[in-house]
Amino acid sequence: MKIRFFVSVLLCLFFTVPVFAEETAEEGDKLNVSKLIFEHTGDSYEWHMFSIGEKDIAIPLPLILISKTTGIHAFMSSKLEETGSFAGFTYGSEEGKYAGKMVEINADGEEMRPFDMSITKNVLGIFINCALLLWIVLSVARWYKKNPDGVPKGFRGIVDLLIMDVNDNIIKCCVGENYRKFAPYLLTAFFFIFLSNIIGLVPIFPGGANITGNIAVTFTLAMMTFIMVNVFGTKEYWKDILWPDVPIFLKAPAPIMPIIELFGIFTKPFALMVRLFANILAGHAIVIGLCCLVFITASMGAAVNGSMTFVSVLFMVFMDCLELLVAYIQAYVFTMLSSVFIGLAQAKAIKKRLTINN
Amino acid sequence: MSLLLPETGLVFWMLIAFLIVFFILAKWGWPVITRMAEKRANYIKDSLESAKETNRKLAEIKVEAKDILDNAREQQSKMLKEAAISRDKIINEAKLQAIEESKKIVEDAGRKIQIERENMLSEMRVQVADLSVSIAEKVIRHELAKDEAQMQVINKMLDEIKTFN
Repeated sequence: MKIRFFVSVLLCLFFTVPVFAEETAEEGDKLNVSKLIFEHTGDSYEWHMFSIGEKDIAIPLPLILISKTTGIHAFMSSKLEETGSFAGFTYGSEEGKYAGKMVEINADGEEMRPFDMSITKNVLGIFINCALLLWIVLSVARWYKKNPDGVPKGFRGIVDLLIMDVNDNIIKCCVGENYRKFAPYLLTAFFFIFLSNIIGLVPIFPGGANITGNIAVTFTLAMMTFIMVNVFGTKEYWKDILWPDVPIFLKAPAPIMPIIELFGIFTKPFALMVRLFANILAGHAIVIGLCCLVFITASMGAAVNGSMTFVSVLFMVFMDCLELLVAYIQAYVFTMLSSVFIGLAQAKAIKKRLTINN
Repeated sequence: MSLLLPETGLVFWMLIAFLIVFFILAKWGWPVITRMAEKRANYIKDSLESAKETNRKLAEIKVEAKDILDNAREQQSKMLKEAAISRDKIINEAKLQAIEESKKIVEDAGRKIQIERENMLSEMRVQVADLSVSIAEKVIRHELAKDEAQMQVINKMLDEIKTFN
């Protein structure tokens, strides 16, 4: 099962080549690699599949824009195809703050960002991902309900193995004794991230959305860890932050340590957010960059282009294998650090040495 | 820079999607799986422990069985030895008895033979006497058919009586 999946990922990789080939044609002579990379790793209002000649084939997605002046607007992205604007909304200028985003121009000619609730490529990717996650986990759970004494085999066996590995080796170890309370969140986070990472590596339709490489997604995940840590933190945890066990001059009159500790509350989820986002984005960027190498060298003659194509495909295969590893590692790291932070917030008062000695 | 700024709409949808998935899986997904897997793990642990316990008991039983077997073997050899001793004794006694018996039988037989012989002898004597008397009678009757011979015998007897007196 696993091998078949791996092979399909590799096969999908080779499909990316014609996709890019079509795109370079429309770009003209000059290939803007950084733009290409950001276009592919970023969000968009439609799900671009491929181009045939001049024609782009894309899945149209609904835009939901709430303007302060004109109210709610909902329309499909296919409406934007002709002119790039619809119902007073247009793409932000390339140089402006809102490049690639829907904006409305106010009376002063400034770009105003409406509240954008559009089902973008990433949102659809998240939905697909969530549906897949629900299906996978609930199918295992249903199987268990049907066969209470059985041992799952095949794909379910792998999922079961992975779930129990995360449960026993990450959550149980890092959170501590009342890990059961937090296990559902941490397991959901792990599998959401892992699945997003894996699906993100598949370049064609239901895959390809750079979900975990988007800061909004990692921000939401980190925020939820932040809430889990601080809402369920014990008294001892808050005491350690506001009145830590340090020499008195460090906490009064100037509360140096409490300030550092309070700062630490926010740096922890921030680190979680940036780590996941940067790792996944970087992986995607490298794969796309390597792919671009084929087209950059296209003007350098057949020999150079041929050898560079070979080398870059080889490197892409290597990078995709590495990304498979990174997909797991980043999910693992996020879950483990979240568990550790939650575990630290479950601190209990350490008994005084005196009582132990007596 | 837009790369580093979380998009509000995306955060909103992400939050909704994630929370829905979280609540569904927290209710019907993870607990079912982890509970079952833990149950299975406990079952395996218990089974291993009971297997270990059983093995221990089995080893004890084996030792016990060996003890019993050893005891039995010892007893057996003891019994065999005793049996051999008693057998020898019985044989010896029987031999002695047999010898005595045979002696007695021989003696009895000897005595009976003696008696028989004596009886026979006395009978024979009687018969011999009878026979000799009848022979003598016949001889005498034959002799005494002639007068002279009768006279001679009478005379002779008379002589004998005379000499006897």
